[in-house]
Amino acid sequence: MSVLRERITMVWLGLVVLTCVTTWGLSKDLFSPAVAVVGIFLIAAVKARFVILDFMELAHAPIPVRVAFEAWPVVVSAINLGFWFATP
Amino acid sequence: MKAATADRVKSRRLPGVDGVWVAIGADSVIFAILFLTFMQDRLKDPALFEASRHTLNMNFGGIDTLILLTSSWSVALAIQAIKRDLVDRVPRYVLGAALTGLLFMVSKSIEYFQKFAEGLTPATNAFYMWYFTLTGIHLLHVVFGTSLLTYVWINSRRGTYTSSNRVVPECVASYWHLVDLLWIVIFPLLYLMKAA
Repeated sequence: MSVLRERITMVWLGLVVLTCVTTWGLSKDLFSPAVAVVGIFLIAAVKARFVILDFMELAHAPIPVRVAFEAWPVVVSAINLGFWFATP
Repeated sequence: MKAATADRVKSRRLPGVDGVWVAIGADSVIFAILFLTFMQDRLKDPALFEASRHTLNMNFGGIDTLILLTSSWSVALAIQAIKRDLVDRVPRYVLGAALTGLLFMVSKSIEYFQKFAEGLTPATNAFYMWYFTLTGIHLLHVVFGTSLLTYVWINSRRGTYTSSNRVVPECVASYWHLVDLLWIVIFPLLYLMKAA
């Protein structure tokens, strides 16, 4: 079992890169607030999905459970972005 | 055809026991409601929330995220090792996860002490009430999860867990990934979300 060849290692590396992009890239003033916030929450949703499917191993869970958990980042991002755009 | 479909359905399983997933699901819903309530409060005074957000150190939040992701990865490696009966590798992966959990607690403690030194407390304003509530509840999850990981680490050193005896580490791992999952949303919500 070579750790470097494992899919979860690739997933972890991807999550680290995405975290660096949001923390030290999108949060800077290079982008308009709308672009930055939409990008940050979409990336957070993608990261959450990887954690759910690969780390939590719900890719192999019974379908209703998988759907319920996959819906969570979608609903949370929709709430956050919905309120953000509604805020004056 | 029907038999193949039945096999596929049968092969789909939840790690650990179903009860843990009920708890994880309930916790996720509670946090979703907390996020919604935070956004509702922010709607009332976005200028205050934005000014307060600027007093947070996003480097702390980013590093905390990297710590938890690494911790989750370490736990996932431990579960893979257990499934393959590579029992000698399990303790080091679980220990790595527990130590990174501890590192998160240290990082959060430093951040809290800095805030208190600056006179910022939950009573300062609505943003700080939310900051301490969300990060505080999450920190309690980290403390509980690190304790569970320590328990799994002690048992794994005795070679307790194998591919046929992995319910306990799977339950703990699933909970630990939830801790990671929640922080993935808490971090941008408090530290990164700019005002329009």
